[in-house]
Amino acid sequence: MAQKGHAMMNSQANPWFRWNCSVCWVTLGLVLLTILSFWTLDLQLGRLFSVDSAKRMGRFLGELLSPDLRAIFLHKLWIAGLETLATSAVGTILAALFGLLLAIPASKSHANDPAHWRFLCRLVLNGLRSIPELVWAALILISAGLGPFAGTLALALHTTGVLGRLFSESIENAPQGAAQALRVQGVSESQVFLYATLPTIIPQLMSYTLYRWENNIRAAAVLGVVGGGGLGQMLAFHMGLFQMQETSSILIAIILLVVLVDTMSYIARRLMSR
Amino acid sequence: MTATLVQPSNPALRDPAWTGRLFWFIALLILLAPALVATEFRPWILLEPENLKVSSKFLADFFPPQTNTEFLLLIAKEAWRTIAIATAGTFLALVLAIPMTLISTRVLSISSLSGRMHLLPFAVRQVIRWILIILRSVPELIWALVFVRVVGLGPAAGVLAIGLTYSGMLGKVYTEILESGEHHVATNLMRNGSSRLQAFFYGVLPQNSTELTSYTVYRWECAIRASAVLGFVGAGGLGQQLDNSMRMFNGGEVATILIVFMLLVGLADLLSAWLRKVMQ
Repeated sequence: MAQKGHAMMNSQANPWFRWNCSVCWVTLGLVLLTILSFWTLDLQLGRLFSVDSAKRMGRFLGELLSPDLRAIFLHKLWIAGLETLATSAVGTILAALFGLLLAIPASKSHANDPAHWRFLCRLVLNGLRSIPELVWAALILISAGLGPFAGTLALALHTTGVLGRLFSESIENAPQGAAQALRVQGVSESQVFLYATLPTIIPQLMSYTLYRWENNIRAAAVLGVVGGGGLGQMLAFHMGLFQMQETSSILIAIILLVVLVDTMSYIARRLMSR
Repeated sequence: MTATLVQPSNPALRDPAWTGRLFWFIALLILLAPALVATEFRPWILLEPENLKVSSKFLADFFPPQTNTEFLLLIAKEAWRTIAIATAGTFLALVLAIPMTLISTRVLSISSLSGRMHLLPFAVRQVIRWILIILRSVPELIWALVFVRVVGLGPAAGVLAIGLTYSGMLGKVYTEILESGEHHVATNLMRNGSSRLQAFFYGVLPQNSTELTSYTVYRWECAIRASAVLGFVGAGGLGQQLDNSMRMFNGGEVATILIVFMLLVGLADLLSAWLRKVMQ
């Protein structure tokens, strides 16, 4: 705004660069960052675009086009797909429960609420949230061992952070009418929450949870790569053994799952917004 | 206060929605049971003495975090590599996404100025849209696994993985942003004989540039988070270091890396919020 006024005052010249132009400086910074990134990374672009690499890529793509379609393998794939779905569902439900439990002390629900535990709970939620599911999975492997249980816990921990924060925001922004009416009658805080706040925000909590579930299905398919069960674990296993036909069908299954989830959520949103 | 009130003994009188709640609670339990079986949900194995010993030893190692200078330097280098992979990947995504957006957006269609779009341009647009869908529906970790196979271990695989997935996301969102704006200026320009690129630069870009930049910066922030994780499959950066330390059960090193990781993500978060404010 200030720049516009400045330019209008001395209307004769409009230089394309001004020292006080923050956008120019930021753009310059981003360009420098990009150049530095490419310069320091040692990408070996020569090797990347060599004939040898093109050949390998071609062979790889060729192998991907011949998926393993034996009934016995497809059955295993189906089981792994179900495992992925179950992992995401259980992880999300656990996260919704624990997220709500942490969100209640993490929110200042009315003006006179002392909210002693707010800072600590927010810290815990932020910590849970800032570590990605995949890192959680790798950490949990040490105590839970390989398999879908580690993946479920990893999803649950990360999603607890995400949902807890969203939930506490919706508790704080909930309309105060009903809660205030109960509060002036001397009803206890826990009852106010159960009978006034929770019923008003539950649609919002549900939609957050469903949205995270959608994300978690995608995440669960990938989590297995570090050992969290489901399609990802199968992929890491068969790829490690260079069994390209199996790898190809697992990749196709993952893509199908993701596309299916995307389409379902698109249709659901279309139906609901109508 | 409530003690003086007479509580009706029948729960349905106390809470009118009682039966409904009970029904949904039981239904959820019944639906959840097979899922719990499928995920091998056995929390008590965490408390088995053997597991407990291993994990408590690992956790006890977390404190104090490893702060030896050599290790910190290594971590600093890896953190920079993480940022560099994310930046280079986002740049690659931009390079791929911009032409695809220009081709696929309906706003810049000349044939649709007079009635319906012709068959060939329509087909080309659909093909590009499908390419974008395929690019973004493969998670970046899977792309990274594939590229590690093809170009070998190292940052190149990470850059390519982020570049491909994010070009799909950027292309889709750019197209949506362009199509949701006002099209009058662009259509007028094209009706009067300007080229499509001219219509884009003078009619479409100015009104959408803020939204486009702010989405790009947001994606860059996501790319930093993603590139930190890509190391797990051998694409360089913090993730790879974390994987190494974890394999050696070195709790102190893991703690340092996790702290650096959280700082990095928090910093990217702040920086991207600030950039989006400045770019307005």
